[in-house]
Amino acid sequence: MPESATKEQTIPVLSTDSKTSSSSNVKYRRMKSKLAHLLFLLSTWMGVVVLAVLLIDIARRGLPWLSLDFLDSFASRIPERAGLKAGIWGSIWMILITAPLAFIIGVATAVFLEEYRLNSKWGGRIQRLIQLNINNLAGVPSIVFGILGLTLFVRQINLGKSVLAGALTMTLLILPIIVVAAREAIASVPQSLRLASMAMGATRLQTIWRVVLPYAFPGILTGTILALSRAIGETAPLIMIGAVTFLAFTPSSVMDMFTVMPIQIYNWTSQPKEEFANLAAAGIIVLLFVLLSMNALAIFLRNKFRRS
Amino acid sequence: MNAQFRKPPSWRNVLEKGVVVGLACCALISVFTTLAILITLFVETTSFFNEIPLFHFFTETEWTALFSGDQQKFGILPLIIGTCLVTLIAAAIAIPIGLTSAIYLSEFAHDRIRRIIKPILEVLAGIPTIVYGFFAVTLVTPTLKNFIPSLETFNALSAGIVVGIMIIPMIASLSEDAMMSVPNRIREAAYGLGSTRLEVALRVVLPAAISGIIASFVLALSRAIGETMIVTIAAGATPHLSFDPTVSIQTMTAYIVQAATGDISYESIAYKSIYAVGITLFCMTFLMNIFAEFISRRFREEYE
Repeated sequence: MPESATKEQTIPVLSTDSKTSSSSNVKYRRMKSKLAHLLFLLSTWMGVVVLAVLLIDIARRGLPWLSLDFLDSFASRIPERAGLKAGIWGSIWMILITAPLAFIIGVATAVFLEEYRLNSKWGGRIQRLIQLNINNLAGVPSIVFGILGLTLFVRQINLGKSVLAGALTMTLLILPIIVVAAREAIASVPQSLRLASMAMGATRLQTIWRVVLPYAFPGILTGTILALSRAIGETAPLIMIGAVTFLAFTPSSVMDMFTVMPIQIYNWTSQPKEEFANLAAAGIIVLLFVLLSMNALAIFLRNKFRRS
Repeated sequence: MNAQFRKPPSWRNVLEKGVVVGLACCALISVFTTLAILITLFVETTSFFNEIPLFHFFTETEWTALFSGDQQKFGILPLIIGTCLVTLIAAAIAIPIGLTSAIYLSEFAHDRIRRIIKPILEVLAGIPTIVYGFFAVTLVTPTLKNFIPSLETFNALSAGIVVGIMIIPMIASLSEDAMMSVPNRIREAAYGLGSTRLEVALRVVLPAAISGIIASFVLALSRAIGETMIVTIAAGATPHLSFDPTVSIQTMTAYIVQAATGDISYESIAYKSIYAVGITLFCMTFLMNIFAEFISRRFREEYE
């Protein structure tokens, strides 16, 4: 907002209504503006209220069920004995595979698109195609990625309903997010740094590796963390590839069956008994705690490394 | 260039070239992802339409794909109607609230309030949809039942409302971006003519940013169409060809989940129907995304 705009102007130039005196017209218009201000304010705070209601309801239901036993027991038909252990470990396994894969492929794609402008006719076309394609992939519903994972990884490549199949599906899902974030970070590196590096005789690769990437790293990291928090919260694609709900063991290799936190929560939510809804709330508290810590970390990194 | 001036290729040159190829391969993975999506959807859908005529798929009014034997009917209309119903309710919730929030944040709010509200909207946008689904079925539906006693346990209304809540942050932040990019001198000119805040917002900034705002609506609704967990949990699993929001319905995404979690063989027609529904969903969201892109490009007001 400009400084001048914070004061209401009172000159009634726009008043064309001849019946009312111009001063009352101005009063009416200003009152209308004030009223709208109030209305818009209320509407904006709706979001805050919803968030508060949601968190309070979940805390009220879930907190009494939250305990160390809850984190360290497997799913059970008896609510008092049920826990989130399989889901927590499944999520950890999945993220440990997804994170490096998505990070490397995503950053490589971003570097290719930002740092190498191919001049040949075909090279330019391929880059435009990749760019267009990433924009479109970002809008594909996650369940469609689930269908892809089921067909390609579970059935064609025959990975079965394994952690690996889930992690690969998730990698493809969050790739566009990481590419977009990494491109933004790389594009914000001042051109003068690249030119200085090259002027001292560095090759293009040396410039990218020692100048561009270190400078863009905080931005890339922030984007990656946010993308990974999306992956942790996703449910639908993993349901599609057959992550099961009742497991009494944690994965010990990438080919093991697995479940993740959101799927256990989904399972508890769909049980008719009230106790299971409370268990789901306890699971949601754990999930939200993980996600909010990741978001806080991302915001912290963004602020710490922000350059003018 | 003459051959005599050319340096012999050193290992560094080879590395430089090799890295470009490696990077290009990584970049092509995303293209292969799209191709793989198209091919998988297309292949299984073709074999689905070998058994079910395309005409029936779009005209039949019942969807009972998971029934046994000859009771199976494959008319996708009920699923599309269910999806549209939820999306319409979501739009009715999210567009007014999202747009007014955007106007407030961009035209009325002090910096201090913006700094409080924007992170809250970001948090809302980052909440997993499974949490929203839980919210819909444990809090929204019971609350609504106090006002509408005939409401079923699973219904389109509460699912739609919660999907709407989910996409509010998206509409608010994208529309706000569009309005913030309107140059300040245009606002100042309107203030100089004696306009009030509201008049500047509604008659100057809103029309100037309208392409970005409409694009944000379309993108958010495309997200609502593809939303899965909320509707799976709260909207039910009974496809209905009606626009009654108080009864249990089924959306396309919810059907895909139901079929995938059910015990069906990979060879059955019910399994193949996942792909037929999937490709319909894919096309709908794809067209909406393209449309949003088109609007924001074609109708953008340029001021520089």
